[in-house]
Amino acid sequence: METFINMVLLTLLAVITIGVVRLRNLFAVIILGGIYSFLMASVLIVLDAVDVAMTEASVGAGISTVLMLTVLYMTRVEEAKPVHSPMLPLFVAGVTGAVLVYGTWGLPAFGLADTPLNNHVGMTYMDLSIPDTGIPNVVTSVLASYRGFDTLGETTVVFTAGIGVLLLLRRGVSVARLRRKQQEEESKS
Amino acid sequence: MRLDVVLRVVTKLMLPFMLVFASYVQFHGDYGPGGGFQAGVIAAAALILYALMFGLSAAQRVVPTWLVEKLIPLGVMIYAGTGVVSLFLHENFLNYSALSHHHPVHGQEWGVFTVEVGVFVTVSSTMIAIFYAFGGRGR
Repeated sequence: METFINMVLLTLLAVITIGVVRLRNLFAVIILGGIYSFLMASVLIVLDAVDVAMTEASVGAGISTVLMLTVLYMTRVEEAKPVHSPMLPLFVAGVTGAVLVYGTWGLPAFGLADTPLNNHVGMTYMDLSIPDTGIPNVVTSVLASYRGFDTLGETTVVFTAGIGVLLLLRRGVSVARLRRKQQEEESKS
Repeated sequence: MRLDVVLRVVTKLMLPFMLVFASYVQFHGDYGPGGGFQAGVIAAAALILYALMFGLSAAQRVVPTWLVEKLIPLGVMIYAGTGVVSLFLHENFLNYSALSHHHPVHGQEWGVFTVEVGVFVTVSSTMIAIFYAFGGRGR
């Protein structure tokens, strides 16, 4: 049953990818991107990664779709014809994909119990989470307590990204306003 | 704008549930899936939905821009501050066991709670601020 669900979800993902590549209407592409994120969240739920699925659904399908639509409000809906030949990007994407697939050959089979991941450190956290922190959800205890430094770094990354985007967008607004003011003053005088 | 009554009413009905779900994800993260990051995004999504339906200025009356921009660094400060507090209590940086002298496990729970609050504050306000910045440019 799980294999069947995975097959359906992955086929739909492939179909949507083809749709995104072929469509020229950016509004449709953004909506397809949201659907892609929801399908991806479903795949992650099948993989029992509920936390990641939640993040994917809220960030990928929710916030980024809305942000993309807001950006679309400022530009044209129809995608411009590409200026360059798509051959070089196709080549780069193809090679990268092939390298990634080659990399998966080195991974242990999916769900294998005797991988290093499932034996040494992982099991230690499973055993120690309750006595150490009293938190049954090991994801939370690892994220916030054992790897607190990492999460502090992540929060700082979100902070930095936010400040960066704000600086970029703010500057544009203020410059536009300044120009408008200047023009108004010039037209007055 | 006047014709979408159904959307407006449904949005108003959904908003409290979205916010309650965000707090559930936030405070129940110790037991179920989720945590500060997910809860922050859901809370931000609730406000963004409000802004989409009732306009940016209505949303900015609820959560003003200056407040959002103060909250972004505040979350990081809450997080890092927890670490500094544990430093002053003669433990390592971000070792929450120091927060409760007699029960290290309680200290851990308090520490994780505070840290998650910090993550929530930063993530939600960053999302809202970026949306405000983008939405404000369109006009």
